[in-house]
Amino acid sequence: MPIDVAAVVIGNRPLSSDYHVLALAAPAIAAAAAPGQFVMVKAGAGFDPLLRRPFSVFEILRDAAGAPAGLTILSKRIGVSTALLYDKAQGQRVDCLGPLGRPFTVVDPPTEAWMVAGGVGLAPFATLAQALHARGVKSTLFYGARRGAELFYLDFFRALDVELVLTTEDGSAGELGRVVAPLDRRLAARAPTSAVMLYACGPEGMLAATARTAVKYGRPCQVSVERIMGCGLGGCYSCVIPMRDEHGSVHNVRSCIAGPVLPADRIVWD
Amino acid sequence: MDLSVRIGNLTLKNPLIAASGCFGYGVEYADVVDLSSLGAIVSKGLFLEAREGHPAPRIVETPAGMLNAIGLQGIGVRRFIDEKLPELRARGATVMVNVCGTTLDEYVEVSRILSDAEGVAALELNISCPNIKEGGIQFGCSLNGTFDVVNAVRKVTTLPIIPKLTPNVTDVASFARASEEAGADAVSLVNTFLAMVIDVETRRPKISNVVGGLSGPAIRPIAVRMVYECRQTVSIPILGMGGIASARDALEFLIAGATAVQVGTANFSDPFIWATLLDGIGDYLQRHNVARVVDLVGTVDTRTKDKEWISS
Repeated sequence: MPIDVAAVVIGNRPLSSDYHVLALAAPAIAAAAAPGQFVMVKAGAGFDPLLRRPFSVFEILRDAAGAPAGLTILSKRIGVSTALLYDKAQGQRVDCLGPLGRPFTVVDPPTEAWMVAGGVGLAPFATLAQALHARGVKSTLFYGARRGAELFYLDFFRALDVELVLTTEDGSAGELGRVVAPLDRRLAARAPTSAVMLYACGPEGMLAATARTAVKYGRPCQVSVERIMGCGLGGCYSCVIPMRDEHGSVHNVRSCIAGPVLPADRIVWD
Repeated sequence: MDLSVRIGNLTLKNPLIAASGCFGYGVEYADVVDLSSLGAIVSKGLFLEAREGHPAPRIVETPAGMLNAIGLQGIGVRRFIDEKLPELRARGATVMVNVCGTTLDEYVEVSRILSDAEGVAALELNISCPNIKEGGIQFGCSLNGTFDVVNAVRKVTTLPIIPKLTPNVTDVASFARASEEAGADAVSLVNTFLAMVIDVETRRPKISNVVGGLSGPAIRPIAVRMVYECRQTVSIPILGMGGIASARDALEFLIAGATAVQVGTANFSDPFIWATLLDGIGDYLQRHNVARVVDLVGTVDTRTKDKEWISS
């Protein structure tokens, strides 16, 4: 059951001129959230912007006793709402509704977890990496960004024993190019008998390429999709994505309630 | 304090109704809202068969508003009856169903099927969706078409019939009158205003259907005016809507002449809005010493009283 909180901003840390991490005091949401779930955040009071925006829960914040105290979102300044969020000051309040949507299915050993993130699509993998680490799952993060300065939280993942495979579009860090290239090579080199679960989040072009790569090597893949979303609760039918059902016919599926985590091989990519 | 209102032979416990297309099939909101606390909910529009609607992107925000072109995606009337209605009944919701058709016969058939189902309180006839090519708004933009749909459905149901009118006509009141003459129990207005948003960088429309319907606070004053005009023209109840986001907004519609109000877009940003609206209306009635909410309906005072007021 989703909870709506007028959450106090307890921190707003810029990571670059576009990216930042916004910390919100929302203990009830934080306590209930599972990796891959999202919150709907109203960036400003009043009617402009009118609607909330969906954000993956990035981190769960805990108090000294270890109890959930809040959550963070990883946001990139793109439009009106994200610009308002970028400028939020400590002590301000933002309405935050969640947790919403279907989370990732977390694998167990000996299956390995390979996470594939593009840009702000890193967001759902912090909590997923923690869940995987707690289960003792060997994990790898394939993480692509435009430039090296936009690869964030690397030490966070290293501390969870996540192997990092980095790419940048300008070659300023990691491998030059897109993140799917090293993913493809690693999958090609991997024995088909050793199980791997792929998890992907990022721009739709990257998700489609990851989905094709997963199919090529016969690997299961869970993608967290981001579509323009009106309500987050299944009311408005804005965030649909075409998916094949078990009979092969294609239907527009609401990514807010059927997803945001969806089986990649069922999605009909443009 | 009496918040109940009557729509045809149907009594609603209060005048707040969740608008069609903004509340899924109602079951989606069961975890968030006590569905039985609402006057009624109106389902998403239903045809005989399932429809997939338009490709994404389907919405875009505008100042104090949003455009949508969903394209009436829906599961079809029979699946609604089998899969959604039992839960709505169990939760004590008063269910109005938004009836769609590409032909006159389809409106009649969908209405007939719903009339035999248990737990349908009223039929809202969707003759006003701006986002589909066939049927729908073609009937709603023609006085004869409006009359014919209402008249034909009237012959197959005893449920209250509530045509939902489009504001995309010159004189919406004449469509309310045609509805009344054809036997409608009430009218809903307004549906969305046909609108367009263009990305100037790419010179592409921002939604896949090119044009869509504008809703939200941006349209409220126009909708209030249209409700007021219809109140002067027909005697059947009006279900008023268009950008309601607060109790004051809802009261404005009631005072303009709506017997009940529908809330749509505001529910997207605040799914908990219903209790706020209900409390606000109750407070107002108390403060103004009005015993029954129906005593507010159509009480706008347009007399000129004061020359100073006119000239200022």
